Amino acid sequence: MGVGIKVEHLNAWFGKTQALHDINMDVPANHATAVIGPSGCGKSTYVRCLNRMHETIPDARAEGRVAIGTLDVYDGTPAVQIRRRIGMVFQKPNPFPTMSIYGNVAAGLKLNGFRDRRRLDEIVERSLRLSALWEEVKDTLHKQSGASLSGGQQQRLCIARALAVQPEVLLMDEPCSALDPISTGKIEELIFQLKENFTIVIVTHNMQQASRVAEFTGFFLLGKLIEFDKTEKIFTTPSDKRTEDYITGRFG
Amino acid sequence: MANPAFGAPRLDEPQPVAEPQLVAKAEANSEPLLQAGSSHVADEVFRYAMLACGLCVLALVGIIIYELVKGSRLSWHAFGFSFFFRSEWDPVNEQFGALPFVYGTLVSSILALLLAVPLAIGVAIFITEMCPSRVKGVLAFVTELLAAIPSVIYGLWAIFVLVPLLRQYVQPWLARYLGWTDMFEGPPYGIGMLAAGVILAIMVVPIISSITREVMTAVPQQQREAVLALGATRWEMIRTGVLRNARAGILGGIILGLGRALGETMAVTMVIGNRPEIARSLFAPGYTMASVIANEFSEATTDTYLSALVEVGLALFLVTIIVNILAQILVWSVTRGMPARSNA
Amino acid sequence: MPDAIATPASFTTAPVSLYRRSVNLIMTSAAALAVVLVLLPLGAIFAYLVYKGIGALNWDFLTQTPKPVGEAGGGMANAIAGTGLILLIASSMGVPIGIGAGIYLAEYGRNRLGDLVRFTADVLNGVPSIVVGIVAYAIVVLTQGHFSALAGGVALAIMMIPTITRTTEEMLLLVPNAVREAAYGLGVSRWRTTLSITLRTATSGVITGVMLAFARVAGETAPLLFTAFGNQYWNWKVNQPTAALSLQVFTYAISPFDEWHRQAWAGALILIILIVVAVSAVRIVASRGMLKGAS
Repeated sequence: MGVGIKVEHLNAWFGKTQALHDINMDVPANHATAVIGPSGCGKSTYVRCLNRMHETIPDARAEGRVAIGTLDVYDGTPAVQIRRRIGMVFQKPNPFPTMSIYGNVAAGLKLNGFRDRRRLDEIVERSLRLSALWEEVKDTLHKQSGASLSGGQQQRLCIARALAVQPEVLLMDEPCSALDPISTGKIEELIFQLKENFTIVIVTHNMQQASRVAEFTGFFLLGKLIEFDKTEKIFTTPSDKRTEDYITGRFG
Repeated sequence: MANPAFGAPRLDEPQPVAEPQLVAKAEANSEPLLQAGSSHVADEVFRYAMLACGLCVLALVGIIIYELVKGSRLSWHAFGFSFFFRSEWDPVNEQFGALPFVYGTLVSSILALLLAVPLAIGVAIFITEMCPSRVKGVLAFVTELLAAIPSVIYGLWAIFVLVPLLRQYVQPWLARYLGWTDMFEGPPYGIGMLAAGVILAIMVVPIISSITREVMTAVPQQQREAVLALGATRWEMIRTGVLRNARAGILGGIILGLGRALGETMAVTMVIGNRPEIARSLFAPGYTMASVIANEFSEATTDTYLSALVEVGLALFLVTIIVNILAQILVWSVTRGMPARSNA
Repeated sequence: MPDAIATPASFTTAPVSLYRRSVNLIMTSAAALAVVLVLLPLGAIFAYLVYKGIGALNWDFLTQTPKPVGEAGGGMANAIAGTGLILLIASSMGVPIGIGAGIYLAEYGRNRLGDLVRFTADVLNGVPSIVVGIVAYAIVVLTQGHFSALAGGVALAIMMIPTITRTTEEMLLLVPNAVREAAYGLGVSRWRTTLSITLRTATSGVITGVMLAFARVAGETAPLLFTAFGNQYWNWKVNQPTAALSLQVFTYAISPFDEWHRQAWAGALILIILIVVAVSAVRIVASRGMLKGAS
């Protein structure tokens, strides 16, 4: 039993420009939900509002209600605490360059004060197994730098790092867009298995990926959520004409 | 692929209470989240600490200006602005005039530039445009090495190697062939304005050279190619395609070199002769603003004496700062502006 | 298709004039000559340093204090130690403030105040070292009533700060923002991210900046003339006048005694070795930088 995300009346700005307009969405627990739309439609901004990463940009702000399970993200709890409950994987893999593989996976825990060495070893192994990287790196955990892995491996390392803090929700911002097709395939397989235990929101510009991986899909356009439904319905019988135009490739 | 589930998920409250059946998992789940205090206070403290360090830099310049002004107050009251136009430097009778030092500083620096600029630009041209790339790095490194030698070591070498050289060979030669100008007469001590100018020249070549190299490299390749395509020789390409575009920056480098020469103390003190007199001849001993402070500060017996020296320091400070700012602006205008203008 | 413009055959096939070719040759030679003229003094300085310095370098030199004028022997041991003491004091003040100011500029200083600090740091860099000596004299020596290693350390710290600040800022800005974001995404607080992630990633570059500043002030003499002042004997007390290698070389060089001249060369050799070691250490640290951070 995982946690779902309930978004109500979410608005977001960059300075004076409004990027998101009154978004309402119910992300179901333990499923993968895709967020699609043309460039600049606000899908990355949306996802970054879920864990308050949006406000790390100077002059950016967001208002509204986002509830992750019973945790209210915008009620005044420090952003740092919120982010420890939510994992995030970015578009371009960004392992910490000076740390080993072990160090990278353990970073989220160690930097937040976790001290138990034995437990840490277990958690690191578990996270690496979950992200299907363990077999490839188990012998060079401490010797190999995180940055010396291939692109696909680095991204799986970042997934392991995000999973190590045991979040309930995993946010993925176009995680495969910088990867080759084989690595992409591996990560999609991963998402398929992870969603049994996590609630996943994945931003993607690749509609085929959305239909492969996610049970639910939200279509964004110009900062508004146009349609949100089962993936199958969105891609076969969309209710809104704009969705249909996007799906059929008329724009974007 | 092994896929160990995490078992029962965590509870949703920000401060979860470990349930009995989850003890095994709860240990694994005993995250720092439990200790999650707000880091807000720590963040603010850190920000203020870093800000304080930044403000330290501002404070330091403020302190420098304050102390220099405070220290020179006495002398300013006593002599006013004419301090810089009088030549009498007489500690015994408490009469202080800084003109010999201003003269010495200017002459030694200008002489240094006259010698250094052609050499530095020549080196820069050679390294940037004419040098095979294998040798480039080595040459560049070696010229930077010149910049790393401490002033006192330049001075040491100047006293025991350069000065005898000047005294025995260069000065007699200059006196014979160029003595008709007034600049090369008087006994060839070796020590004196000429020696100071030469050692200063050696010391500022690296700076001028490295800035010139920087701005020359910033000139886009298209400029060079355009001139070459018109059938220019290599020198003509360098002259019109590179030097002309980098003019402002090279000037900036020269002025930066001037700034360095003005403030240079030890090497000059060791070879200039330390006599507060103004003389036409480059063979004569002289005195610079930095040297008089270096030599006489710790021996200054009276308050006015000390204050006069501080006033010299204040003047030196102001001149150097203005020169350096001017130089920065010039260099900046080339290295930042160039890429934007390359399509013109 | 426009008509081809008729070009006189002679224009395109005439050789470059003799005059232009001569100018080209002369200028190329002049540039090469400049290189030779610049390398000559460099070579000469190093040659003399080694030649004259080695001659006077012996065990006594490294372990004894100066003997009174006229007596042979003695050494600069106290000056070597004094330089170490003064540099230690200078670093303890200059390095933290410099790195802190660099962090401020890179992480919090993208605004008007930051620009002012940046500009001021460059101004501070250009202040003549003798003037820094005057200021250190005013702040420390006058207040305490005597010369001291502390005053010398303060003067050198003032000179270290701008270099360290600017290189730290530069190195921190090189760290890609994605690395910071990764840390924020894990819920790491801003101060922790800056220290444990950003600064950690830039460590080798920052150390380079520190060592360069260190090497630069190690050879400074002017600011020590009336702050540390020099001392004929051993001194480990922060509040007493202290000998320094650069000061000693200066004093001996301008003295009329041959014996002291010899020792000045030896002292200069030690000084340049110290600086070369510092700069080389920089290169080694910088190239080994990467995987030192295995957790």
